[in-house]
Amino acid sequence: MLYGTLYGMTYTIEARGLVKRYGDRAALDGFDLTVPRGTVHGLLGPNGAGKTTAVRVLTTLLRADAGSARVAGFDVARDGGEVRRHIGLVGQHAALDEALSGRANLEMFGRLSHLRPKAAGRRAGELLDRFGLADTGRKAVKHYSGGMRRRLDLAAGLILSPPVLFLDEPTTGLDPRGRAEVWAAVRALVADGTTVLLTTQYLEEADQLAHRISVVHEGRPVAEGTPEELKKTVGGDRVEIVVHDPADLPAVAALLGPGAETDHDTRRVSAPAPDRMATLTAVVHDLAAGGIAADDVAIRRPTLDEVFLHLTRSAAPRSHA
Amino acid sequence: MNRLTWALADGWTVTRREVTHWTANPGQLVAGLLFPVMVLLLFAYLLGGGIEVPGGDYREFLLPGMFAMTMIFGLEGTFTAISTDVTKGVTDRFRSLPMASSAVVSGRAAADMLTTVLALAVLLASGLAVGWRAHNGLGGALAAVGLLLWLRFALLWMGIWLGLKIRNPEAVMALQILVWPIAFLSNAITSPATMPGWLGVIADWNPLSSTAAATRELFGNPGWANDTWAAAHALELSLAWPLVITAIFAPLSVRAYRNLSR
Repeated sequence: MLYGTLYGMTYTIEARGLVKRYGDRAALDGFDLTVPRGTVHGLLGPNGAGKTTAVRVLTTLLRADAGSARVAGFDVARDGGEVRRHIGLVGQHAALDEALSGRANLEMFGRLSHLRPKAAGRRAGELLDRFGLADTGRKAVKHYSGGMRRRLDLAAGLILSPPVLFLDEPTTGLDPRGRAEVWAAVRALVADGTTVLLTTQYLEEADQLAHRISVVHEGRPVAEGTPEELKKTVGGDRVEIVVHDPADLPAVAALLGPGAETDHDTRRVSAPAPDRMATLTAVVHDLAAGGIAADDVAIRRPTLDEVFLHLTRSAAPRSHA
Repeated sequence: MNRLTWALADGWTVTRREVTHWTANPGQLVAGLLFPVMVLLLFAYLLGGGIEVPGGDYREFLLPGMFAMTMIFGLEGTFTAISTDVTKGVTDRFRSLPMASSAVVSGRAAADMLTTVLALAVLLASGLAVGWRAHNGLGGALAAVGLLLWLRFALLWMGIWLGLKIRNPEAVMALQILVWPIAFLSNAITSPATMPGWLGVIADWNPLSSTAAATRELFGNPGWANDTWAAAHALELSLAWPLVITAIFAPLSVRAYRNLSR
């Protein structure tokens, strides 16, 4: 199989300068992306950031106004048919026929993926087994729970065992249990070598599943890296103190030095903790010495939430002239 | 297999999906088939007694009108199915598969024509049961059925276009209600001559009226005593109207489908 190569690396997904405009608004505004084979790449961003538009262009559903993209070695604009033979798409809604059974849905999509009737039936059976739907395969999808629907939807995206899988917000609207089910299924796929492009609004989901993450803001990635690398961009670990009496807040802030940030609502003061445990010990000692009562003292690693807020806040608004 | 055979095979898979719906949910199919029969009984036995006809039995007038009206009622099935698939993302899944893109439309078209044939068969049988008869032999009857299906075929394109264009559930509901006045503003149930002037003119030129009047002629059923130009040229108009509708809405549908990628 052919894959695009760049600087000696093999990339399964490569996008260069994708632009998609709707009137004055640019849904994609110079969108670049490279995803190495066999990895999970997360596109993280709020609603309207351009994640879904990017997925729709890469899966040939949407034509870009400018830029180019290759998926599994094929150009999405010129070789749409070949791209579609190598991808699976699981969109935001469970795109299933509610009146048909799970099995009938998979058989139909199998036939439309040009499997012979027997092969389509066999594949439907395999996928139902693999996603724990064998018992309910004959039930109409409208009787399925949210998590079951998503798993069936995922199965429908895997009929041709595609080397590249696009998951557009695969757990939106699911309860924690349904979410865990989908995550487990995605992890199993990656273990088999599938390349996955995942869009999500949930930082936890990107943290859990993605090898690398692009934070998307106003139609293009504003940062890219592993979850750990991204967390480092907002600074290292911090020490956090929750005081018992709000009147002590200024004293604690003074004690922690110039990097301290105070949140009056939560009675919390935080500051960088470059030396981790040494800093923590010093802080606890100083609090005791100062006679300040604390409800909680802890060392905390920054979350992707903070990375996300930091990046989307600092990215300057761009003009779309 | 080459491109064309795949296009046919894919279209058939999409059509078969509808047939599977029938077996999975026979209640819905039966309700859909019995609905025109209910309207028929309503007019034949409850309201028909009050409608003046120029000689002959009211049912002889009513049945061809009901056949034509059923073609219009079918419009709702087409646009609801298309719009549901688009909003649920099923259309996008189809478009992400290596299938022939024409199959989404051709499969739907074949499925709806199949449903129409079934509905027409049920209604013809019901007509015979309530005393309606075809008087011009099998040839005339087949020609009449052909005209009815020709109208339904044209309305398919209108339904596909509406389904692709109209996404929000309120608009779909409004459209479902709007089908009724369009169906009744015709010569299907009563003579346009009994309607207030300008309404009568609209009813006279309603494509549904042309098909109903031409169908009455072909079945050998009596027509309304109506000497307008449209009524006098019903047969020509019943061929021309669907052609005009198709010529407008088939290209619009193709464009709307292509625009899904814009």
